[in-house]
Amino acid sequence: MQWESVIGLEVHVQLMTKSKIFSGASTAFGAKANDQACEVDAAFPGVLPVMNRTAALMAVRFGLAIGATVNRYSVFARKNYFYPDLPKGYQISQYELPIVSGGEIKINLQDVQKRIGITRAHLEEDAGKLLHNNVDGQSSIDLNRAGTPLLEVVSEPDLRSPAEAIAYLKKLHKLVRYLGICDGNMQEGSFRCDANVSVRLLGESALGTRCELKNLNSFRFIEKGLQFEIKRQIELIEDGGQILQQTRLYDPDADLTRAMRSKEEAHDYRYFPDPDLPPLVIDDIMLAEARSDLPELPDVRCMRFTADYKLKPTDAELLTSERDLADYFEHTVSFCGDSRNTANWITGELLAHLNRDGLHLEESRVTPEMLGDLITRINDNSISGTIAKEVFEGMWNGEGNPVDIITSKNLGQITDIDQINSVIDQVINEFTQQVLEYQNGQEKIFGFLVGKVMLETKGKADPKIVTTNLRNKLSSK
Amino acid sequence: MPYRQTLTVLSAMLKQGKISAVELVRCYLDRIQRFQNLNAFIAVDEEGALIQAESADQLRMQGEATNLTGLPIAHKDIFCTRALKTTCGSRMLENFVSPYDATVVERLAKVGFISIGKTNMDEFAMGSSTETSYFGHTCNPWDRNRVAGGSSGGSAAAVAARLVPAATGTDTGGSIRQPAAFCGLTGLKPSYGRVSRYGMIAYASSLDQGGPIAQTAEDAALLLQNMAGLDRKDSTSLDRQVPDYMATLNRSISGLKIGVPKEFFDSSVDQSILTAAHSALAEFEKLGAQLIDISLPNSAAGIPCYYVIAPAEASSNLSRFDGVRYGYRTESYGDLKEMYEKTRNEGFGAEVKHRIMIGTFALSTGYYDAYYRKAQQIRRIIAEDFRNAFYHCDYIAGPTTPTTAFLLGEKISDPVSMYLSDIFTITVNLAGIPAISMPVGFDNKGLPIGLQLTGPSFDESGLLNMTHRYQQVTDWHWQLPKEYL
Repeated sequence: MQWESVIGLEVHVQLMTKSKIFSGASTAFGAKANDQACEVDAAFPGVLPVMNRTAALMAVRFGLAIGATVNRYSVFARKNYFYPDLPKGYQISQYELPIVSGGEIKINLQDVQKRIGITRAHLEEDAGKLLHNNVDGQSSIDLNRAGTPLLEVVSEPDLRSPAEAIAYLKKLHKLVRYLGICDGNMQEGSFRCDANVSVRLLGESALGTRCELKNLNSFRFIEKGLQFEIKRQIELIEDGGQILQQTRLYDPDADLTRAMRSKEEAHDYRYFPDPDLPPLVIDDIMLAEARSDLPELPDVRCMRFTADYKLKPTDAELLTSERDLADYFEHTVSFCGDSRNTANWITGELLAHLNRDGLHLEESRVTPEMLGDLITRINDNSISGTIAKEVFEGMWNGEGNPVDIITSKNLGQITDIDQINSVIDQVINEFTQQVLEYQNGQEKIFGFLVGKVMLETKGKADPKIVTTNLRNKLSSK
Repeated sequence: MPYRQTLTVLSAMLKQGKISAVELVRCYLDRIQRFQNLNAFIAVDEEGALIQAESADQLRMQGEATNLTGLPIAHKDIFCTRALKTTCGSRMLENFVSPYDATVVERLAKVGFISIGKTNMDEFAMGSSTETSYFGHTCNPWDRNRVAGGSSGGSAAAVAARLVPAATGTDTGGSIRQPAAFCGLTGLKPSYGRVSRYGMIAYASSLDQGGPIAQTAEDAALLLQNMAGLDRKDSTSLDRQVPDYMATLNRSISGLKIGVPKEFFDSSVDQSILTAAHSALAEFEKLGAQLIDISLPNSAAGIPCYYVIAPAEASSNLSRFDGVRYGYRTESYGDLKEMYEKTRNEGFGAEVKHRIMIGTFALSTGYYDAYYRKAQQIRRIIAEDFRNAFYHCDYIAGPTTPTTAFLLGEKISDPVSMYLSDIFTITVNLAGIPAISMPVGFDNKGLPIGLQLTGPSFDESGLLNMTHRYQQVTDWHWQLPKEYL
């Protein structure tokens, strides 16, 4: 029997607003517990929510980016349940009328493109955090996160494997960072995912009974959690069992999922429109504002990079994976005009250095202007490729721009023919044995002799001149 | 006797130096002390009020006083205050002190009013008699065996007994107008969105509105002037210009049409009330107004509609009282669930729990469409009734209540008969329009009778003017229960 898994994902995208969705308190991560919870966040008696316009604009920007319908009129609703991290006893969310409906995200699977439908994206507030056994065996609550704006992006059950789910998530992750609406930090919980999973026999059209998976807080855990859950469901059915509609938690230590609550135990959230908030109206001004904040999207940019800069698709893909990296690339090219070398230097040295030192691009001491300058110096033969790496190292260590480093370290390329010839003569005289072997037909010795010349000039001799002149001298002897 | 004066007169007395703010505040504090048995107040801020009075007198000496500097008022204990605890009439908030002041409190303080104390109320404003308060019932100064009405019964009793010249109240289904009627006062429920709800503990968010309870329309205008207006902290407050309510008093009402709905003048209403209402209408006719018969055909649906929507919103609004962050928490508990259950069971009174259960039921899966959604549809129809009526008339008049103040304990165990005491006031909240109750006579037991005047959205100035004109030619509003003369 051939089984097929059906997966739909609900992703909570934390929006990068300065203040909370319904209060003026700051959303910055890492403050002392409850320092960023005002009376609105802590749900003191009498307080009222006020919608953060920026959060709405970010949701609209997302809607535009995925080709969705931006609803000009959407409604906040209360989702009622009791839990200590939920101060009001209800979460303000959107239910019947969300801000974004429809749209799609395209994923690439081994050269095949697949469209994943988006059901909806709605605005809601985050809850606080419960710290168990925090003080004297008692639990405490940190409400700093309470009221942080979230955009919940709900996909259609269009995903057919954990690999597709991951491809979709990575694409969504890239998109929200590109749009500048989410920092994508999964460790800090800025991008969280729940999954609805069911299985059915291949060819069946009806959906199987689904389970909802929670606590999937990294791409790896999502993949492993899905794999386990699919296997569990298939085995259960093959053993004659039945899938129960449940919410299940993934346990990364044991690498399995555990039932948390059944459908019967599910909350009745008693959704109803929040009377404290008028309907959210997106007028023409807001729509135009969101549209003007919309950057060139990664797919479009990637295509433009291959077409305009003649980059290999893999390089274009890598360079457009982050908006600031793509910006960095284009800036550098604007200084040196050499897109291919720029691509090589960024995907090579720059990323390797960032990786090695664990830095973000914005922390790099090497600016696009400096890198462009370096590439120009290579192209006008001021320095060789080998020397350029040394110059790059110098820039990375904060020693200044390429010209300064080349001058101060005396790294300029030697193109003076007389000077190079005298070094060649010196090497020929010193390594007579090797010269003889070369002249007896051992071609590979030539490289050894070039190396000796370069070593003697500390790598600064123009390799083209060295090669030509050494060959001439050896053959004329 | 300063305590028998209106805010307007007291303002002039302070200005002319006939009395100081300290003397005035002392005078009221003495009366509050003397008539404690009315149980009109939950908390009195003697020290704070005197300090405020001293600084008011100081400001006046320095020539920095406004017309309102030093005038004492009281707030219904539903408005959050930093100075005194805010209980909302509940054990749940018995010792709760708010970290901030409600917008209404802040605005009135800013223009010079002195807050003298917090008045008693039905628990979380759920009631029509101030009998559901955890701090005991409030008595009606006209007959201490009777209720002062509710839920703003403490404010009404305090003003009626002249323990304070005026007070704030809130009205979700009649909670300003019904106690004003029972106590012989002028009470205004503004249009929804006119007065900020920030810091006013929510009962039913889509219906709640703060407003004044005063001796006269003029005083009500003075208070409303300083309560009304857009508040960025309340998304439901509206950016509508606040007219000068004092300046628009004394306009002629000649030619204005008063609609008289037949539904409000039926046999379920006390005969004495019908008689008083008719005489009041005759008085308006003498002032030049024209009476026309109208119909509000769906009024009868008001009570059932209200008792779905208000409890539904309340069930959600009151979820925050969970014993976790502030307020009452049960003494001992084994786990979280038990903590929630015991805290809420012990912290809330019977009527509150009753309404939370009704509301929770109405919002539950499988019942939402039959109750909550249906109620919202009826609400729209009721609002439409009023809109249609206002094509034919400028204002609508009728009794504020079907009876005068009832006996303490008379209706407390019969919720439905209690709910029916709001039958004429409740539809106004559902429609979001303004209405005022004014004293228009007494029944044979000497209990005050109120007439309700309803107007189109945001026409508070018209209602105040109508009432003021009526009060220029009548003296019902000057009557005081003997004991408190």
